[in-house]
Amino acid sequence: MRTATLRVNGEPRTVAFPAHHTLLEVLREELGLPGTKHGCELGECGTCTVLVDGRPVLSCLVLAAEVEGQAIATVEGLASGGDLHPLQACFADLGAAQCGYCTPGILMAARALLAENAAPTRDEIRAALAGNLCRCTGYWKILEAVEGAAALLRGEAWRPRPETLFGASVEPSEADE
Amino acid sequence: MQPASGGAPAVTGAGDGGAGGWIGRPFRRVDGHAKVTGETRFADDLALPRQAFLKLVRSTVPHGRIRSIDTARAAALPGVLGFLTGRDLPTPFGILPVSQDEHALALEVVRHVGDPVAAVAATSEDAAQAAALAVEVDYEPLPTIATVEEAIATPEPQLHPYADRGNLHKVLSMEFGDVEAGFAAAERIFEDLFFYDGNTHLPLEQHATVAAPEDGGRLTVWSSTQTPHYLHRALTKVLGLPAARIRVVASPNGGGFGGKSDPFGHEIVCAAMALRLGRPVKISLTREEVFACHRGRHPVAMRLRTGVRSDGTLTAQTLQTALDGGAYGSYGVASTYYTGALQTVTYRLPSYRFESVRAFTNKPACGPKRGHGTPQPRFAWEVQLDKIAVELGLDPAELRRRNLEQPGAVTANWLKLGTVGLGRCIDAVVRGSDFQRRWGRLPPGRGLGLACGSYLCGAGLPIYWNHMPQSGVTLHADRGGGVAVFCGAAEIGQGSDSVLAAVVADLLGLELADLRLCVADTAFTPVDLGSYSSRVTLMMGHAAREAAERLRSRIAEAVAQQLGVPAERLTFAERRVFDAADLARGLGWEEAVIATEARFGTLSSSGSYTPPRSPGRYRGAGVGPSPTYSYSAAVVEVEVDRETGVWQPLHVWIAHDIGRAINPALVMGQVEGSVYMGLGEAMMEESAFRRLPRSRSRALVHKFPSLLEYKSPTCAEMPPVTTYLIEEPDPAGPFGAKEVGQGPLLPIPPACANAIFDAVGVRVDQVPIHPHLVLKGLEAAAKGQPARVGPTRFPEVDFGFTLKVPTPWQGGDGKASNDAEFERATGRRAERGTMAEREQALRAGSVEALTTKLEGTRGD
Repeated sequence: MRTATLRVNGEPRTVAFPAHHTLLEVLREELGLPGTKHGCELGECGTCTVLVDGRPVLSCLVLAAEVEGQAIATVEGLASGGDLHPLQACFADLGAAQCGYCTPGILMAARALLAENAAPTRDEIRAALAGNLCRCTGYWKILEAVEGAAALLRGEAWRPRPETLFGASVEPSEADE
Repeated sequence: MQPASGGAPAVTGAGDGGAGGWIGRPFRRVDGHAKVTGETRFADDLALPRQAFLKLVRSTVPHGRIRSIDTARAAALPGVLGFLTGRDLPTPFGILPVSQDEHALALEVVRHVGDPVAAVAATSEDAAQAAALAVEVDYEPLPTIATVEEAIATPEPQLHPYADRGNLHKVLSMEFGDVEAGFAAAERIFEDLFFYDGNTHLPLEQHATVAAPEDGGRLTVWSSTQTPHYLHRALTKVLGLPAARIRVVASPNGGGFGGKSDPFGHEIVCAAMALRLGRPVKISLTREEVFACHRGRHPVAMRLRTGVRSDGTLTAQTLQTALDGGAYGSYGVASTYYTGALQTVTYRLPSYRFESVRAFTNKPACGPKRGHGTPQPRFAWEVQLDKIAVELGLDPAELRRRNLEQPGAVTANWLKLGTVGLGRCIDAVVRGSDFQRRWGRLPPGRGLGLACGSYLCGAGLPIYWNHMPQSGVTLHADRGGGVAVFCGAAEIGQGSDSVLAAVVADLLGLELADLRLCVADTAFTPVDLGSYSSRVTLMMGHAAREAAERLRSRIAEAVAQQLGVPAERLTFAERRVFDAADLARGLGWEEAVIATEARFGTLSSSGSYTPPRSPGRYRGAGVGPSPTYSYSAAVVEVEVDRETGVWQPLHVWIAHDIGRAINPALVMGQVEGSVYMGLGEAMMEESAFRRLPRSRSRALVHKFPSLLEYKSPTCAEMPPVTTYLIEEPDPAGPFGAKEVGQGPLLPIPPACANAIFDAVGVRVDQVPIHPHLVLKGLEAAAKGQPARVGPTRFPEVDFGFTLKVPTPWQGGDGKASNDAEFERATGRRAERGTMAEREQALRAGSVEALTTKLEGTRGD
């Protein structure tokens, strides 16, 4: 067993855990923070992404002992008090979370991106999220939600396009006439 | 949309359902907040005090007899609490009553690598894992079967003695109308061979189960299951406990897609171990174990023969399918019928012959994956239609329009259709993609492909025969103004909770936050059969509507009396019950509830739904009927690299006949998710197996049991999607709604194949369409050979006696005309269990007869 003080979502927590346990296991099993999910425990799906000192990290590939003293951020720390982070609000409103299992990892990866790049292009968002698998959404709602959150964080007015929520118009547009 | 604090601004919706305004609005899903904050508790997120951990020892050989299981070394390890083996749980189970062929732990024989053999519980997951590795199992190897052809050639030893013939689980042949005359009337006959490889659901959440023993010999099981009711039945059977002692709760599923629809051995073992140890037990599968559970898409070989007149009118079709079923029955009998059943619902087929075989092989069992048995024949059908259009010089869209099935029609195989929005779907994608102008005229290497599809809105029959509703909803209104909503439906990400809440809130004129949902809990909620066959929105929606309308009329009665207003003039909206003719005259919702409770007592209501009878009465008619069918059409644009064969979808246009979108945002998500999954199957997803070298037993092992090696599309591969929701309310659906979870997948793989043909002139008649196959076609074309790549032979199999069923237009009555000969030839019943038999059993008060005797006739 090993004892360490981990700083998770700004709160110092001293925990004892088997030395070979990953950050993922310690978050979920010792710290009572099961918001971070696992899909493979082999670093293949991105579902367990958390931030360590602001960098996205696959928590299934990091030993908890390695990150002692570093700032660990999980999905549980994303909202401020009762207010959802714009990423969370946009994911919820656009249906970028369906089953929601990949969502915590994608939110954290997106958060790291937006911290570095306030106005990412769609290709930059794709590059940042290409390591996170989602089986439900087909990814487009996720890309749009990240763009929406980026706009809101920049203080811009943003609302989803009608075709995002209702589909495209089946009536011929004027351009077709 | 609910306002999101600090989030996306609300979008004005087209809320024109009930007075509550929820139907048709893209509101934030009711579980949305929990899912983005990490608060949703999936099964593996549950942790109970004194919880022990379970690990399974799984077979390392693909087929073998267990000589011995030695737990001595494992038992000596620290933390080990106990073991279970097959002998502890000898009762077989399985999702279908006709194929109860699984054991929670192998009894004597293992049938695929990964088959559960023994179980060990320990105080920690690490200890359980160490103990599982220390269990020594000795196997006597048995011959293995890898393919349908090998199953045909290897009738002995049988994997299961109940198979129709040797290792052929199911063999069937049926003819609707006079196919020979149909082909004689044809001017052209097209015959093609196709192959659609198997693939798997790959939900991000690995299956997990927690079981806790309780006082009075009772037990609660939380599990990542799409079908808590069927799991409840399997647990009751294998554990030998009264159903009332077992409570099953389906945790929110982290993706299902059909992969969590079977009761699984690990769920039963977890429950048994909890009872054995007298403490909670949890099991969480590894990704490799999820691959071993499988129940994914069947690999299917197909021979499709279609007769047409030169104007494109269809005259006859014969479809033969051969399914590689894997080691167990699972849903396989239904899957087998489904590879033929929905071939008739898109275009009018005057005569149709369907023959099929499902083989047992030594691989994880196949089962239902999104589209259950229908994407494979749909691929064949839509690619062949493309070939027919090209050969006859017709526009592919026009060929389909000419043969469209009619609303309300009864098909050759006796399926009763509802509304048919397919024509409008085709129009939408043709216009959106500028198909008419661009098809056949894009620059080399670029192409467009069109395809369509259709799917059930709920299987018409339950998995076991019974006379009861297939979905139920109970409401309880409390005097504080809240409404508790109870329903057995399982939330698997598709949004069933949100549909349930929307229907109730809409009819009662409430906010979503006024409702508390209790779902998928066999002790507290009325039964809903589960999240499969795209049944939930339609069936649960009807049940919720009935429950809410009953509650509303009771409240209206009390309020009408108190206000002196006729009850029929009362409107429920904005948390008030008021006079439509005098808006100021009314009661707040809480006051209305209080007035009603004072008058009638505790206020609750229930609603339920049973699908209408289907007209088919022949053996096999149980698979295919549905209250109505959804339709989809898609155009895919691709770019193909002629040097490498690598192809990419550049854009997808898809139109889906949703009937009525209860929450358009959720519908959009289901359409896009289906498109994505269809592209994954078309491009790369396959459950590949390989044989180990002879020196290592020639064992069949999964080639890619990992998320990295089983390729699935990432956001980098996903092209833009333009989605059209075609709304043509169907009276068969609640508020006119149809399904959306599965149908939009169907047109995607054939549209990709058709687009590749348009781009480079290569026909790849198999899925996935790997680049090397495209390249092979290009190389053949360069040598002047036919640019067609795909299977060149179909398994040689005797499909046996053909059941002949006259069509509606031949004056048929839904029954076969050669029942007596069929029974003489096969020794099996020709007619499926009739309503009259069910009535009789009911009158006799025989629950046993209802659930056991008649269940054997279902779809079989």
